[in-house]
Amino acid sequence: MKYMSEYRDPDLAKKYLEEIKNTVSRPWSIMEVCGGQTHSLVKNGIIEMLPDSVTMIHGPGCPVCVTPLNLIDKAIYLAEEKDVILCSFGDMLRVPGSQKSLLEAKAQGADVRILYSPLEAVKIAEDNPDKEVVFFAVGFETTAPANALSVVHAHRRGVKNYSILASHVLVPPAIKAVIDDEESKIDGFLAAGHVCTIMGNTEYHPLSAEYKVPIVVTGFEPLDVLQGILMVIRQLEQSKSIVENQYARIVREDGNPDAQKVIDEVFEVRNQMWRGIGEIPDSGYAVREKYADFDATKKYNVTIEEAPENPDCISGQIMKGIKKPFECSQFGKTCKPTNPLGAPMVSSEGACAAYYHFSGLVEA
Amino acid sequence: MPKLDFDVITLGHGSGGVLTNKLLDSGVFELLSNDILDERHDGAFLELNGKTAFSTDSFLVSPIFFPGGNIGELAVNGTVNDLAMCGAIPKYLSLSFIIEEGLPVKEFWDILVAIKFACEKAGVKIVTGDTKVVEKGKGDKIFINTSGVGPIHPKAKISAKNISIGDKIIISGNVASHGMTIMSVREGLEFESEIKSDTTNLNYTILNLIEQFGENIHLLTDPTRGGVATVLKEIAQSSEIGIDLVQRDFPIDDQVASACELLGLDPLYVANEGLFIAFVSASNADAVLAALQEEENGKNARIIGSVVTEHPKQVIMESAIGGKRVISMLPGEQLPRIC
Repeated sequence: MKYMSEYRDPDLAKKYLEEIKNTVSRPWSIMEVCGGQTHSLVKNGIIEMLPDSVTMIHGPGCPVCVTPLNLIDKAIYLAEEKDVILCSFGDMLRVPGSQKSLLEAKAQGADVRILYSPLEAVKIAEDNPDKEVVFFAVGFETTAPANALSVVHAHRRGVKNYSILASHVLVPPAIKAVIDDEESKIDGFLAAGHVCTIMGNTEYHPLSAEYKVPIVVTGFEPLDVLQGILMVIRQLEQSKSIVENQYARIVREDGNPDAQKVIDEVFEVRNQMWRGIGEIPDSGYAVREKYADFDATKKYNVTIEEAPENPDCISGQIMKGIKKPFECSQFGKTCKPTNPLGAPMVSSEGACAAYYHFSGLVEA
Repeated sequence: MPKLDFDVITLGHGSGGVLTNKLLDSGVFELLSNDILDERHDGAFLELNGKTAFSTDSFLVSPIFFPGGNIGELAVNGTVNDLAMCGAIPKYLSLSFIIEEGLPVKEFWDILVAIKFACEKAGVKIVTGDTKVVEKGKGDKIFINTSGVGPIHPKAKISAKNISIGDKIIISGNVASHGMTIMSVREGLEFESEIKSDTTNLNYTILNLIEQFGENIHLLTDPTRGGVATVLKEIAQSSEIGIDLVQRDFPIDDQVASACELLGLDPLYVANEGLFIAFVSASNADAVLAALQEEENGKNARIIGSVVTEHPKQVIMESAIGGKRVISMLPGEQLPRIC
């Protein structure tokens, strides 16, 4: 499997690490925005291989983690309706709502199905005309085109029993929110390669210029991440702050215009709640009025009382990089992947769960 | 397939009455016939001498037919392999069905035929059995339980207590093939591939190793549910040993590896069927590996790690790029990731 083994070459990894060591002259804190990169860092043991002066801070880029509690409660409520088939990406199922998770709702009889493609949900809707099919459309800009396409597809085919419960979050406003937080001290960012595959790099130039931070669009294989870190450090050491593209084999400067078009057709930008962080202006997508019939929040008008988050959970501080998972008094004690108190312990891409699984300092 | 006047299994076929007999006499007994089963008593009369292994397992898989096999051979091979992991020579199996009404007789028959061939291949006899039928919606087409017994091979000395520091850990073949095959045909997640389940009987392969290497084979285990990672972590914890693994040494089929990447699953946690892990004394490891690689079931066998004094109870893997990662147990089922 050449396309992967090439990016996992141990000799090249060693060279990158050497180069990072030779370049660093003082401590730097770098945030990898995307949960996929957090996963890669811990899975490959990169954090321990980096020099002590390079601190990786794990950002808010795990869509499963930042999906608002209230929306999960809504998804569970809909799933438990008699005639509803609720379709979802796999890793949303374990996320705890205020009472239970979708996995528990499924165990209690709700028709919850794991899908890989939202278009499959449209097919299920066509195959089950007497049921309402709701797709839990979660994700960053990466999954937005496919989710939008499912709406366009359903609209074209005249499928009336399909809708999406959308919770899309956008990366650039989140980076801005992280930098704006007075407590956070981040010197440079690895931007999420797959998000930029869709959206391109243009949104990041003003951020980098305004806040004077290096931003390197980075991939997910271990060598991608190492190279991304090196590129950020080189900029920092030279007092530069520009946007660079490490993931050039995938990401084009203007992204994927066709994908952007379909996003724009179905979604409009809105303020968005981020679990653990709060509301960030212009950081999410809402389904446009034109497609209101496919918007589950409008179609079913479900209102569920906002449940409080666990007060012991410091996930907001974790996701902004103010604290490390180990600095949480609950980490590995009351809060474990089998009993997550908050979002970052839920998905394997969440900072707390990633630390828990791969660092092994705490036993299951 | 026998000629029958019914196309689907109904509740009556599990009632113990006329319909049950009709189903069983339609060819089931004939198909699985052997001297012990043919007595058709409430239980089987067996001749067993000396130390004997006894194992049981229940099989549920969706879909029940998948590339590389079906639930029938899975049920035979699963228990045969569990016995083999004890160093036993599998001899006799029980076979119980819980069928959801509505199962097409054709599918039931195909499963039985697979059972027959799997038994012949593994050299075991079905000696007793049972059939129950549950209402539609109270099962998932068919569940099978098999239990099995067999005498321990005189040269076998399989026990976690025998694991020693320095032991090499050998895996008999490619990881994650079965689990990813099932995933590839599961509704909603289908993807095109040529991957097949690795379900097969391992008893002859194992016995061959035991014949040659006897007590130098310290422990045998099959990494079915939870995959290689879970099994090794369990052993490290219960035996209070440290295990070092090297990711680069794990054999995996290219398509299976790609499928895992695609769905965001870690192959180390994906289920296997026709695969085993052996802890062997360091001095014999190369010879065991060479012997294993000569067999069809072991042609992709590799040494993947060793037992160490450091970090007792911990499994630590050297990642592809040379970093260290602690292997832990999953909190639940592995779920495909969003992106």
